[in-house]
Amino acid sequence: MRQHQVIIIGGGLAGMRAAQKAQEMGADVAMISKIYPTRSHSAAAQGGVQAAVSEGDSWEAHAYDTVKGSDYLGDQDAIEILCSEAPGDIYALERMGVIFNRNDDGTIDARAFGGTSVNRTCFVADQTGQVLLHVMWEQLLKSGLTTYSEWFVTKLLVEDNKIAGCIALEIPTGKVEVFRAKSIILATGGIGQVYNPTTNGLVVTADGQALAYQAGATLMDMEAVQHHPTTMKANGVLITEGARGEGAFLLNSNGERFMDKYAPNMKELASRDVVSRAETMEIREGRGIDGCVLLDLRHLGRDLIMTKLAQIYELARDYANTNILEAPVPIQPGHHYIMGGIKTDVDGRTWDATGQGRWQGVEGLFAAGECANVSVHGGNRLGGNSLLDTIVFGKRSGAGATEYANANDWAPISEEAELADQEGSIQGIFGRPADGLRSSTLRFEMGNAMNDGIAVFRTEEGMTAALNSVRDIKERYPNVSVHNKGRVFNTDLLSVLELGYMLDVAEVIAVSAINRKESRGAHAREDYPDRNDEEYLKHTIVHRGGDGDPVLDYLPVTMTKWEPQVRSY
Amino acid sequence: MDVTLKVKRYDPETDESAHFEEYQVDLPEYGAVLDGLLSIRDEQDGSLSMRCSCRSAICGSCAMKINGKSRLACKTMVSQLKELEGDVISVEPMGNQPVIKDLVVNMDMFWDKVNAVQPYLQPEGPVPDKEYLVSNDSMMELAVAMNCIMCGACVSDCTVLEVDKGFLGPAALAKAFRFAGDPRDGHKQGRLQLYTEPNGVWDCTRCFMCVSACPKDVAPMERIMDVRAMAMDAGLTNTRGARHVDAFASSVKHSGRLNELGLAMKTFGLFRAGIELAPMGIRRLLKRRLPPLMHKKIATAKNIGRLFDKLGV
Repeated sequence: MRQHQVIIIGGGLAGMRAAQKAQEMGADVAMISKIYPTRSHSAAAQGGVQAAVSEGDSWEAHAYDTVKGSDYLGDQDAIEILCSEAPGDIYALERMGVIFNRNDDGTIDARAFGGTSVNRTCFVADQTGQVLLHVMWEQLLKSGLTTYSEWFVTKLLVEDNKIAGCIALEIPTGKVEVFRAKSIILATGGIGQVYNPTTNGLVVTADGQALAYQAGATLMDMEAVQHHPTTMKANGVLITEGARGEGAFLLNSNGERFMDKYAPNMKELASRDVVSRAETMEIREGRGIDGCVLLDLRHLGRDLIMTKLAQIYELARDYANTNILEAPVPIQPGHHYIMGGIKTDVDGRTWDATGQGRWQGVEGLFAAGECANVSVHGGNRLGGNSLLDTIVFGKRSGAGATEYANANDWAPISEEAELADQEGSIQGIFGRPADGLRSSTLRFEMGNAMNDGIAVFRTEEGMTAALNSVRDIKERYPNVSVHNKGRVFNTDLLSVLELGYMLDVAEVIAVSAINRKESRGAHAREDYPDRNDEEYLKHTIVHRGGDGDPVLDYLPVTMTKWEPQVRSY
Repeated sequence: MDVTLKVKRYDPETDESAHFEEYQVDLPEYGAVLDGLLSIRDEQDGSLSMRCSCRSAICGSCAMKINGKSRLACKTMVSQLKELEGDVISVEPMGNQPVIKDLVVNMDMFWDKVNAVQPYLQPEGPVPDKEYLVSNDSMMELAVAMNCIMCGACVSDCTVLEVDKGFLGPAALAKAFRFAGDPRDGHKQGRLQLYTEPNGVWDCTRCFMCVSACPKDVAPMERIMDVRAMAMDAGLTNTRGARHVDAFASSVKHSGRLNELGLAMKTFGLFRAGIELAPMGIRRLLKRRLPPLMHKKIATAKNIGRLFDKLGV
C-alpha cells in the first residue's frame, strides 16, 4: 500500500496548481494521472485567461461580466474570489515563466473575448493553455513532486463518510494498488467524450465526476453543458474565441454578418450560449452551408493571423482543408465544456463544512477545475474563465486539502479485501466472451444520443429520448467485453471502465436537464424559452440514491451585490 | 476513402518479437492516420495499444513512425499520404526508445533528459510585485521553443541518439534554449556551461532529421545552434565544439581551405588527438584517405581573408 497525506487525481492545470500549493505548505503530496501531465487537455485551451490586469479595468467589472455571463446562476461569493484573486495569480504564473504577449511597456497584454466589457484576456498567441500547462509542469519538476503518471483510478475508498484513499491501476503493467490518503483532490477535467462530437480529447471521460458521485458526493447544475460556437465539422476540433476576439466575422450563406440581429452591441463577441444559438437558428432557417456557418478571418491580415492565431491557421489547413488567409472556414457549435460538476465550497470541499448538511459530500474529498462546480460559471461560462478557475481554485483546494490532512487522522483501509474486489471485477470483464459487445459501440450510441437531445436547443421530448437511450445503454453495459485480456497497456480495458464512468454522468446530465423547466445560459429550452427566476433561480443538485438512481434536490444561489437583470449583449 | 494500414504489433506477454499486421479501414475525406488506428481499435481489434488524446496536435501523445518517418498520427492526413507515398501506410512505434506494447514506447529516458537541462525559470534578484517587464519580441522569440509539445518525434528520428544514448537530444536542448534565452532568467552563464558539457549542444551533427520530424516547427537543431552561438558569445570557447568552430573558421580564413590535421589537433588538443584519433588515422592511411600532412593555401587565400575581415569575424 502506498501512502501520501494529500493525493491529487488528475495532472492538468487544476491538479498541478493544487499539488504546488500543497507542497508549498509542507504536505507529503502525490499526483496520480492517467496520462503524462503534459498530455492533459488543459493544453488545448487556446485563447487565453481572464484577469483584470489592464489599466482602467477592475476585478469588480470582471465579476459583473461573469455573473451576467452565468445568467445569474453563478454563486457571487465564489465569483468575487475568482475575479479578485485573478490578477495576483496571473502575475504569479508570469513570474514562474509564462511568456504572455506584452504591451509596449512590457506589461501583460490582453485581448477581447466574448461577453467581456473590456479587453481582459491575457494570452500567449493561441496556445495559452499549453504554455500554462507546461510552466506548471516545469515548476513540479523543479520541486520534485511525486507523480504517478499513467495510473488510472478505479475507485475512491470511503470509510464512515470520510475519505480513506483510492485504488489505481498502473497502465503500463496492469498492476493494481491501494493508495492511502488523508485528503484527496479530484482534478480530472471535463466530460467531453459523453458527447459526440466534442472539442475535448479522447481522455476526457468524466472520471472525477463519476468517482465522486459513486462515492456519495453531490453533482450540481449538470444540465449546464456548453457548446462552443466555433468548432470544425470534420472532427469537432476547436477554433479559439480569440479569432473573434481579434475581429473575425461570422457569416451565413448570404454573406451576412448575422450576429447584428441577435446581439446588436457585442455581435460576434456576445457570450458563447448566445452565439451558438444564433448560429443554430441561421442553419435551421436555411442560411447555413452543409450544417455550418462561416468564420471569416481574411480581413485580419497575414501578420496578425500568423503571429496571434498561428495554431488555428494550421488546424483549419489540416482538418478543413481551408487557408484562412484566403477563405472563410466552415464552423458549427459543438460540445466544449460543462459548467456543472462536483459541488464544492470556495476551498474545494465537497462536503458542507458548516455542519448544516445542506448537501451530501465526503469529508476529506476535494475537487477543482472543470470537474468541480464552485460555482463560478453558473449557466454559461465566459471564455478565458476556465483556465482562471483551474488556477485560483486549484490553489485554494490544495490549501484546503493540506489543512484538512494536518487536522485529521488516517481512516482505516482493508487493503486485501479492496484489492481482491478490484481484481475480481477486472477478471469479470476478461471473463466475458471476446466477440461480445464493444465499448466503442455503446460510447458512440451515448455520444450521439446526448448530442441529439441535450445540445444547443432542448425540448422535453428530445431530452427524454436521450435519457432513455442512456438508461438502455446502461442496461447493456454489463455485457461489454474486451479483445485484450493481457495486463500491459490494456487500453481496451480502460475504455470499458471509462464508459462506465460516462454513463453514470450522462444519466445525471439528462435527469438534471429535464428537471429544469426554464431557459438559463446554455440550457435553452424551446418548450420553456424564458428564464424563470421565481421558480428556478436555484442550483440543481443530484446525489446517488440507495438504489443507484439519481436523487434530485436544490440549493439556493448565493447573491452578494448583483440582482438578476434581463441579459442582453 | 479505403486505406491499408500496416501496423507493427508487439505484446510482451505473448509475442517473442514484433510483427506487422494489415488492416483495411474506410475513412472520411479528412481522416488522419490516428482516425484509422482508432477505427481499428474500436471495430476490428481492441488489443491495439497506442497513446492519443487531443486529435489536434497539441497534447503530444501520438508521435509514431508513419511510413518510416516520425510524425503525429493525428496531424498526418491519410489522403496526402496516399497521394504522395502510396496506398499502403506503415505505422510503427517511435525509435530510440524501448517499446512497451504495440505503438507505445517507454519515454522515461526522454523525460529524464528534459529534466537534466533544469527546465524551469530561475530568476535572480528582487521579485517584482506584478510581472517582470520584458519586451514582446523577447517573449515571442521564446514562443518558437514553447511550441514544443514534448511528443518525442525529434528524439525518435535523432541520428546521434542512435549511436550515443548519452546525448541530451533535440527536445531537451530546444527546452534548454527556451531558458537560456529568457531575459527573466538569472542563471544564463551556468546554463550555458551545463549545455556545452559533453552530451550537450556540441554533440549534435546537424543532420536536420529533428527539424524535418518536428510537427510544431520548433526546429530543434536551429535552437541547438542558437545555444551554441549564445555560449560562444558568452565566452565559453574552451570546449571541443567551440574550438572546432574556431579552428574551422581560422583555417578557411587564412588558407582558403580546411586544414584537417590542424582542425583535429586544435579541437582535441595535440595529445588527445594523438590518442583518440590514431585508430581512425591508421584506417584512413590504409585506405589512402589521409589528409595531406603539409597544408597548402589556395592561390586566392588573401581574398577569402578579406571576406572574413569585411564580415568582422
